[in-house]
Amino acid sequence: MAREPAHEQPEIALSPEGRDSRVTLGGALTLAGLARLHAALDALPADRPARLDLSRISRMDTAGAWAICALRERLAAAGQDLTLEGTTPAQENLLATVRDAWPVPDTTPPPRQGIADRLEALGRRVAAGGQLLLELAGYLGLFLLRLGGSVLRPRRFHLTALVHHCEDVGLRAVPIVALMAFLIGVVLAFQGAVQLRQFGAEVFVVDLIAISILRELGILLTAIIVAGRTASSFTAAIGSMKMREEVDAMRTLGIDPALALIVPRVLALLLMLPILGLIANAAGLLGGAIMSWAELGVSPALFRTRLIANTDVSHVFVGMIKAPVFALIIGIIGCHAGMKVRGNAESLGMMTSRAVVAAIFAVIVADAVFSIFFAEIGI
Amino acid sequence: MTEDRDTDVVIRLRGIRNQFGQNIVHDDLDLDVCRGEVLGVVGGSGTGKSVLLRTIIGLQIPAAGRIEVLGTDIGRADDAARQALRMRWGVMFQDGALFSSLTVRENVEVPLRGAARLAPATRRALADLKISMSGLPWSAGDKYPSELSGGMRKRAGLARALALDPDIVFLDEPTAGLDPIGASEFDRLIRDLSDSLGLTVFMVTHDLDSLHACCDRIAVLAEKKVLVTGSMQEMLEVNHPWVHDYFHGPRARAALATADGQKG
Repeated sequence: MAREPAHEQPEIALSPEGRDSRVTLGGALTLAGLARLHAALDALPADRPARLDLSRISRMDTAGAWAICALRERLAAAGQDLTLEGTTPAQENLLATVRDAWPVPDTTPPPRQGIADRLEALGRRVAAGGQLLLELAGYLGLFLLRLGGSVLRPRRFHLTALVHHCEDVGLRAVPIVALMAFLIGVVLAFQGAVQLRQFGAEVFVVDLIAISILRELGILLTAIIVAGRTASSFTAAIGSMKMREEVDAMRTLGIDPALALIVPRVLALLLMLPILGLIANAAGLLGGAIMSWAELGVSPALFRTRLIANTDVSHVFVGMIKAPVFALIIGIIGCHAGMKVRGNAESLGMMTSRAVVAAIFAVIVADAVFSIFFAEIGI
Repeated sequence: MTEDRDTDVVIRLRGIRNQFGQNIVHDDLDLDVCRGEVLGVVGGSGTGKSVLLRTIIGLQIPAAGRIEVLGTDIGRADDAARQALRMRWGVMFQDGALFSSLTVRENVEVPLRGAARLAPATRRALADLKISMSGLPWSAGDKYPSELSGGMRKRAGLARALALDPDIVFLDEPTAGLDPIGASEFDRLIRDLSDSLGLTVFMVTHDLDSLHACCDRIAVLAEKKVLVTGSMQEMLEVNHPWVHDYFHGPRARAALATADGQKG
């Protein structure tokens, strides 16, 4: 019974043409020799009946049986018969199994791709986009409602969860946020120095660093880092709970998932993002000051004096007022994507990456809206 | 399949020892599987049924012992011999283990790609045949695994395991998680395929109905080895507490009554 699959080949002998095609098969009718066998059987004319002599074959597997059944189907379509001779009961059994399982294509209408279908697809995507915005607004409303509810009934509030998420979202993000802001300060000072030196106006590098970091970059880049870090972890955590039906279990036990999962996370982000923004501002100014000192000879004392004298405190407020908005955007998008995860791992991965992209995009859009707003009211 | 069943051993395990750290799962385990039989492996949770399956197919290297499959000593065989061996067995994992980025048909085509040089149309047709033989409708071939129910995923996994007309099929809990109707259909499918294709089936299962419906022989794993092998009738007479409880419990009696009812 030992066999060498790579070497076994069928032996095919065609008898001289008569009123029907006669083929004597020998050797092994298996997958390894299927290409030859199928080609030989496929070449038989379909305008006359065929007789296959199987008495000399040593082995047949489903691939060989498939080739014989394929010939039978082809001849039957042309109204001709296939006769098999010399089959053993085991071979007949195998042929019957293959014939019984012969796949019959469903008659499915071919997909149309007319202009109307494209329009419909476009319309569906637009509607889905609108639906997504509505759902996000719904989650924001749900968050505010549950937050208000827990102010009225503080006993139901999950304080431990809030503290845990504050540590996760805030404390653990401090090193990366501080390092990022420090490097941004260094880059701004260096680039500013190269340009401003041409005009002999090196000292204005302080204004450049202070305004750009305090007003825009500090909080925007912090929000982008947090969006990548936290929106994905919210989606992954809630999504895996959704996948393992933990969220459904909560509902049946009378625990409100919005109160237990969404409120602590979004609230933690709401509390922590302004603090992270402040840390980023400080680290950015520090980086800028060190670089100005090293590159331009602006001493720390001069830097401090110019910073206090020339930079209005309103820049800080313009920056910081964006923080809670960014926090809400990141938290709601992350939690919403998590609740949208369905029962398989692919959807978890897809929703996580989608949440990060959507959160970063939404943060930048919101920042642009803020810029236009502040320009209009003249701050 | 003219050979005498008793003498033609396709899987021969001798002195297998598996351990994870301090935890010894198998110790001096022996087992023979004969050609053409359907062997059911049972045992309590944690007795290493799946570990035994993984050991035979080479996913778990035993700490000691000899594994011979189809006359090849797996521990000593070179890569070419192992590759040739892999073409001659098929494995169905518990949840099908289908590749999620491929459709069912493409999943079944994967082993066919490696085995023989076939025209794409022939390969497709063969894959369709295997899908249909596993009892799946035509439309399932174009679907992705995530679009299928658990039972259909198992059938698709079986179709992939059967793609190369293997000599041996390994099934890990084929009926776990199926409803009784689906499970008994699956039992019948395995029995039919084993009869018509001359398959040797190595099946890890918990399902007493499956043991009745399709197994020729049962091997009980307990006390770190194969405690006893034999037919269902022989199992009923074994005088070991765990084996006795397993085959004389209320579920076992119900399964036995059903099986007798079907035969009678």
